[in-house]
Amino acid sequence: MAFTASAPATGQSSKARRALPRALWPWLLLLPAFLSLASVSFYPIVNGLYLSLTNRSLITQDNDFIGFANYVQLFNDPAFWNAWRHTIWFTFASTVLETLIGLGMALILCEAFSGRGVIRAAMLVPWAMPTVVTSKMFGWLFDGQHGVINFILLHLGLIDQNVNWYGSPDTALLTIILADVWKTTPFMALLLLTGLQTVPKSLIEAARMDGAKAWIIFWNIRLPLLLPTLLIAGLFRALDAFRVFDLVYVLTGGGPADSTETLSTLSYKVLFSTLQFGYGSAVSTAMFVTEGLIAVVFCLFLVRQIRKTT
Amino acid sequence: MTDSRSTLQTILIYFGALFILIWSAGPFLWQFSTSLQLDKALTEGTPRLIPSPFTLEHYYNAFVEKGLHHYVLNSLIVSLATTALCLIVGSLSAFALSRLDIKGRFGILMVILSVSMFPQIALVGPLYLLASDLGLLDTHTALIITYLALGLPLVTWVLFGYFETLPREIDEAARMDGVGVVGLLWHIILPMSLPSLVTTGLLAFITAWNEFLFALAFTSDPDSQTIPVGIANFTNQYYVPWGDIAAASAVVTVPLIILVLVFQRHIIEGLTQGGIKE
Repeated sequence: MAFTASAPATGQSSKARRALPRALWPWLLLLPAFLSLASVSFYPIVNGLYLSLTNRSLITQDNDFIGFANYVQLFNDPAFWNAWRHTIWFTFASTVLETLIGLGMALILCEAFSGRGVIRAAMLVPWAMPTVVTSKMFGWLFDGQHGVINFILLHLGLIDQNVNWYGSPDTALLTIILADVWKTTPFMALLLLTGLQTVPKSLIEAARMDGAKAWIIFWNIRLPLLLPTLLIAGLFRALDAFRVFDLVYVLTGGGPADSTETLSTLSYKVLFSTLQFGYGSAVSTAMFVTEGLIAVVFCLFLVRQIRKTT
Repeated sequence: MTDSRSTLQTILIYFGALFILIWSAGPFLWQFSTSLQLDKALTEGTPRLIPSPFTLEHYYNAFVEKGLHHYVLNSLIVSLATTALCLIVGSLSAFALSRLDIKGRFGILMVILSVSMFPQIALVGPLYLLASDLGLLDTHTALIITYLALGLPLVTWVLFGYFETLPREIDEAARMDGVGVVGLLWHIILPMSLPSLVTTGLLAFITAWNEFLFALAFTSDPDSQTIPVGIANFTNQYYVPWGDIAAASAVVTVPLIILVLVFQRHIIEGLTQGGIKE
């Protein structure tokens, strides 16, 4: 199968001796990737772990090993738990909404209708747009004074006065969730669509012949077959939502009154505003651990689901 | 299939399709229209989609007053360099994993992929200290090195998936002709993989073009800042310049949208074959 494994040993032996030993080739080709990932991903994680055990600060120039003191402080820090709650809520709400609405969109796109190609292309627009631009765009759409969303809702009679969407602690996190749902749902739908298209047509035709209603076909045939795709897409979405930074930082900066502070924006502020690299690393390491836990729990659930269905 | 649908179902489908279209394209069209309207029109009681009077004032402000072209140039340098490096390093590793005799290839792939799941906020602090020690703050180099590692997992994964679909017989034939390992990659595999290279290159480019967190942390000087940082800092002293922001948004998003629309089929195929990853 592999290219070098079956190369004849005789006849070319003089050539082979001059060339690199075959076993070394793959590792040589992988070396640049390993170097890149080791220095930009693994080293910072390990270094961050170490920094979180120090009181490193760029202001006081402290740099002493202090054990788990940062984690004790973290555990008793209301700002951390505030950000933790917001992040979990944001992750949960946006993942559920994106998966459900995405599934709805995918079911529509599954049907044949004219203009489907145009719509599928348009769906890539929110995905391709820089998140910073999305953030500013929602800032304008949801502007408390001149935003078009307020205008529409007022004229539909759904609100009786302008809502200060992201300027008020009650609605700021909601606005950010809406922005994330807008940006990510169409892409989710395209992923789910490819999953739906692998459901054998004959199965659906057969069910239709037997007089099954559309929703019965969906519930008993399409959904079970789509479930693995749905769960994997949901997992990746959740892991990504958990790291939300750009949207929050640009739209509200964590405010008003810390009502949209998430773990990423909190870490960033501790790191780069107060320059407490020790404590800031403890926040981001705690985040790394939580994200790992989410992934493990989700994967266990996924494996169990797949075992059950097969 | 179509004839089995009732009128009601057909109406529902078109209604849903219209909903998706408005969802996807509406907000950006609104932003684009905003960029062509006078501030006075924007703060009037009744918002309008069609600009009247039509103005390019905001584009003038964005370029002349805010120096948008500096950010665009920085972003182009960083993104193009990242794309080139990602394709080179990614195709080398994907080739090694797919075509050469290597133990534990799927384990290695999983490790490479899992790296993309690391929260970036956990990387930014230590990398900032490292870049600072190496004197790389406020340089394109620091951003390019970082973005290479950010884009690499997805690029490697998608290219690996594509290489796996190429028939093994060509390896055999190449070996008979005395082509070496590097020759096989360069003269045979890569030319056959052009569609996939275009897709992955585009993905790497978008990743770098849109990245905000590292650019924010590593650059404080407008001479090295990229577009997302530039736009995030677009403010006036007394009011939010929504029109100027909209103009800048249009400038940085329209080229991206055109690229994506041209290559849309490849993107969807590439991403779904390469697993699920935003």
